[in-house]
Amino acid sequence: MTKLQTLPASSSSDRKAGKAGKSPRRRESRGSLAFSRSARIKGLIKHAILIIVGGVMIYPLLWMVVSSLRPNDLIFREPGLWLENLEMSNYTDGWSALTHPFGHYMINSAIVVLGSILGNLISCSMAAYAFARLQFSGKKIFFGIMLLTIMLPFHVVIVPQYILFSQIGWVNTFWPLIVPKLLATDAFFVFLMVQFIRGIPKDLDEAARIDGAGHPRIFLRVILPLMVPALATTTIFTFIWTWNDFFGALIYLTDPDMFTVPVALRAFVDSQSATSWGSLFAMSIVSLLPVFLVFLFGQRFLIKGIATTGIK
Amino acid sequence: MSAIGELSTMTRRKGPMTKEEKKANGRDNKAAYVFLLPWLIGLAVITVGPMLMSLYLSFTDYNLLQPPEWVGLDNFVRMFGDARLHNSLRVTFTYVLVGVPLQLAVALVIALVLDKGLRGLPFYRSIFYLPSLLGGSVAVAILWKQIFGTTGLVNQVLAMVGIEGPGWISDPNTALGSIILLHVWTFGSPMIIFLAGLRQIPTMYYEAAEVDGASTLQKFWRITLPMLSPIIFFNLVLQIIGSFQSFTQAFIVSGGNGGPSDSTMFFTLYLYQKGFGQFDMGYASAMAWFLLVIIGAFTAINFIASKYWVFYDD
Repeated sequence: MTKLQTLPASSSSDRKAGKAGKSPRRRESRGSLAFSRSARIKGLIKHAILIIVGGVMIYPLLWMVVSSLRPNDLIFREPGLWLENLEMSNYTDGWSALTHPFGHYMINSAIVVLGSILGNLISCSMAAYAFARLQFSGKKIFFGIMLLTIMLPFHVVIVPQYILFSQIGWVNTFWPLIVPKLLATDAFFVFLMVQFIRGIPKDLDEAARIDGAGHPRIFLRVILPLMVPALATTTIFTFIWTWNDFFGALIYLTDPDMFTVPVALRAFVDSQSATSWGSLFAMSIVSLLPVFLVFLFGQRFLIKGIATTGIK
Repeated sequence: MSAIGELSTMTRRKGPMTKEEKKANGRDNKAAYVFLLPWLIGLAVITVGPMLMSLYLSFTDYNLLQPPEWVGLDNFVRMFGDARLHNSLRVTFTYVLVGVPLQLAVALVIALVLDKGLRGLPFYRSIFYLPSLLGGSVAVAILWKQIFGTTGLVNQVLAMVGIEGPGWISDPNTALGSIILLHVWTFGSPMIIFLAGLRQIPTMYYEAAEVDGASTLQKFWRITLPMLSPIIFFNLVLQIIGSFQSFTQAFIVSGGNGGPSDSTMFFTLYLYQKGFGQFDMGYASAMAWFLLVIIGAFTAINFIASKYWVFYDD
């Protein structure tokens, strides 16, 4: 908790502002009855809108979960959410429906995800330190280029990248998916970390420098420990984006041994006719589960990450 | 400041450097380039190199097996007469021009409803945000394929009220609409950005407006919207760039072929088919550069137009 207090102020001050804004309003509503009634009705309408919109949005997901626990034929005639009995066969069937048990693809995905996370954490934090703290020639230009690459469409580089990686024999290995991350090509995270480092007081670096620390020491001992929230955001986003990444895997992984979860699911869709939606749903849910768990436990970092890189 | 904000201020602030600035600029050269090394290698090998290479390839005929053969502007001339490509452009533009504003409008409305200390805000926020994390996955695309199928969830619900719905994704008239709906469904992440932006608006503006007797609608038009305009701009630029590159959903929902009758054949899907289905790498490269130019043009137009509607409070 103490670490959080050294964060750039935005989030904590937001919370304070929210609280401060609440109390006078409450006092006001006690003062005039008419106001409080219309405010209450307004609140009710708001909640009604939110519950309806939220319900419609989440319903398909809930329905998919329920349907995966139903016999197959019910999927086509049961729009409700009630379950008479749990049918686990969809999960057991789906798990072994492809060349390998589904766990094999999950392990493949996990390898790519871990490699990508490690790559992004190391390479992006290094680049971010240079951009945020060091004075070097060409900084402005490089920084501008870095910002531009955030917006560069992936398709412009995919053909030559594919040629390059296929010539060094990396097709059907995980390298084409991991190595770019080791080279800080996810510029979004460089930017996110630059933003974060800029919020860390410079006095801390100066103090370390007076004590005789060089840049590697300052980076490792001062900056890195203080930017844990940014590293957490990076980890979580990298996890989710890499876990879901379909295009890269589709191009580089054509051997079923090497399939990650998204391409495995795609192979599943292609191989089955419409008869086995149950097991297809079951494996879809298995594939979404890690993302859902990360969302559940890492939400705070996700929301802060989006909000701070998005403002102005 | 967002990436876009930084870029626009960088282009705005241009002046000659003083001597001291120049000196300070080179102070940490050695250390800086060490820290930047991975990024610099990545920039050269993974980004700029391949970009230039694909520019070269776009003037060649190349199928991976034989060495590239220079054909001049052939690929571009071919693109000019390629009806399927024109169709894919039409599909992609429809998707971007309908899907992006619709998604942002929903995101903004929900953010406005959610703002200002509503009870249960974190809960609602989570519910609305979850789909944007899952929306890019193959699993959700599979779900969509079922929901909007002939006997899918949507038609099951419609049947309860006696309506016989079409096969949404098997009908060329509605297939693209189903995928646009999937895009709108992921409004959570722009909504989070809007929420953060709404909190940045100083409450004193509203207080002053209230003193002057402004209505809710007036406050929205005169305060909220102008103060939020940089964030709307940011979301607009990012979503447009992202949507032009949509691939997974259309690929899975259509079974990889952009059907029915090419109605969901996104530009990227066609590019994939040309490059990695038929190994027509030269043509695919030309298409990729064309996409880059389109996205660049849209972004440039956005930036130019932003001078007329985006309000910077500094």
